[in-house]
Amino acid sequence: MKLSLHTPPEVPLEAEIISPTSLSGLSEAEVSALMLHHGNRKEALGEFFTVSGKMNGRLEVEGDLSFVKLLGRDMAGGEMIIEGNVSGHLGAGMRGGHIIVNGNVQDWTGEDMTGGTITVNGNAGHMVGSGVRGAEQGMQGGQIFVHGNCKNETGGAMRRGLIVIGGNSGDFTGLNMVAGTVIVLGEMGIRTGASMKRGSVISMKPARMIPTFSYSCTYKPTFLRFYLNYLRELGFEIDDAWLTGNYQRWCGDAMALNKGEILLFQP
Amino acid sequence: MKIQSTEITDTFAEAFKMSAARIIVTAESDYWAMAAAQSVTGFATSVIGCRCEAGIEKKLSSNETPDQRPGVSVLLFANSAKGVGNRLVERIGQCVMTCPTTACYNGLEDADESIAVGEKLRYFGDGYQASKVLNDRKMWRIPVMEGEFLMDNAFGAQAAVGGGNLLFLGKELSSTLKAAEAAAKAMRQVPNIILPMPGGVVRSGSKPGSRYKALPASTNDAFCPTLRGSAPKTELRDDETCVLEIVIDGLDESSVADAMRRGMHAAVAAGGEGLARITAGNYGGNLGQYHIGLHPLL
Repeated sequence: MKLSLHTPPEVPLEAEIISPTSLSGLSEAEVSALMLHHGNRKEALGEFFTVSGKMNGRLEVEGDLSFVKLLGRDMAGGEMIIEGNVSGHLGAGMRGGHIIVNGNVQDWTGEDMTGGTITVNGNAGHMVGSGVRGAEQGMQGGQIFVHGNCKNETGGAMRRGLIVIGGNSGDFTGLNMVAGTVIVLGEMGIRTGASMKRGSVISMKPARMIPTFSYSCTYKPTFLRFYLNYLRELGFEIDDAWLTGNYQRWCGDAMALNKGEILLFQP
Repeated sequence: MKIQSTEITDTFAEAFKMSAARIIVTAESDYWAMAAAQSVTGFATSVIGCRCEAGIEKKLSSNETPDQRPGVSVLLFANSAKGVGNRLVERIGQCVMTCPTTACYNGLEDADESIAVGEKLRYFGDGYQASKVLNDRKMWRIPVMEGEFLMDNAFGAQAAVGGGNLLFLGKELSSTLKAAEAAAKAMRQVPNIILPMPGGVVRSGSKPGSRYKALPASTNDAFCPTLRGSAPKTELRDDETCVLEIVIDGLDESSVADAMRRGMHAAVAAGGEGLARITAGNYGGNLGQYHIGLHPLL
């Protein structure tokens, strides 16, 4: 099935029903009649999108979706391919399936997701894989791949799963992290790993450490080969030297459990 | 039946149902991968005395291993999946984790059963161990003095075949040794099998039971040339003065059979006229689940 945006919303459109899971078994007419929150009013999906085709597990959405939020919320399976830029909360609470965005995404991508994969072939905003404000946990499973850059608080309070940023990340990467893995192939901003308990933040560029992280050693982490080979298969540019090279290991945050790690490639 | 001057007895090898695991040991260099593999397969010639049988299946190049480092593939056999798991915990913990730069991975991804091994060994990390899960593969990073020991959380165990065998009956020691050595070399080329005995060859073949109640097995007196005049029965002819055996364990019956076939041809070629006969050990077909006939292999 394909949804083509014909009338861009003027205020945020809460489109949590747009996912292969929610639209499964519905006809074009039934999908067009579904109601969405457009600002503080409810309006039919057909007021914004042209619906065509049958649902067979694959959903295509196209247009300038910069005001379309919550796409793929609670998605449990199937594939959603988005052509265009997307607003926030993409794949929130996602449990399975694959969302591919050929464009940029705004904040809170993969918020509270527990499974599945989100691939962004562009840049991402703040809070990739993070929990909502006040939540004890962020992302609890699944994978988020951003081939471009992202902004602040990537992996905030994440508990499980994998986040990969092909470019640079902003400040507070891995903030309050409980476990899981964040890999930034470019540069990270300041205050990486602040208050992290466990988990790994890995970068291929030098980074400034906060004082509550302690240098442990420089060594060759064998496990990283699995991740980097996997990322190479997914189309990320992986330097051979990263596979076999040395990494500085920093332990922290001493203000928390002190069992987290930041690994920094040493050229 | 004869191949050149060597008679092939019309009999069968009686083999047994076992459980097996394949582990992939990798390291920074061939040297350390092989050091760990040799250690983890030590004292593993027979389930009778060692509680498992293990051996090196083959060396692996860096593009054949999960972490793209040099490696060695090892097979380990025991009487049950639980036994395989217990032996893996003991042996990986004592022989692989101890060896510099190594890592250890499951080599049977589609096995019948999954056994917790890393899940148990991780406690060596004393709370500093960390898991990593990538695409449903869970691994443990256990801190050690040289860095980290990486291993899979679970290893596969599958039904397997143990105790395939060939007996080489020679006219004198030298040609019997040559025959057995050549057979072992040829058999090692077959995937999915190991030869658990020293150098692949055993001289102290056994029969079940003993006059001493504590012993589950004792010397195979019917094949001992020195007992030809005193044992109640001998299987040896007048010109047969030396017997060597090769035991084969494999992940499936066809691999064991293929190894036996190659072994017979290689032994005949190397042993020449000094190799009088090739036969196989069995218990009348009453104990083992697999009967691998020699003639059908040729």
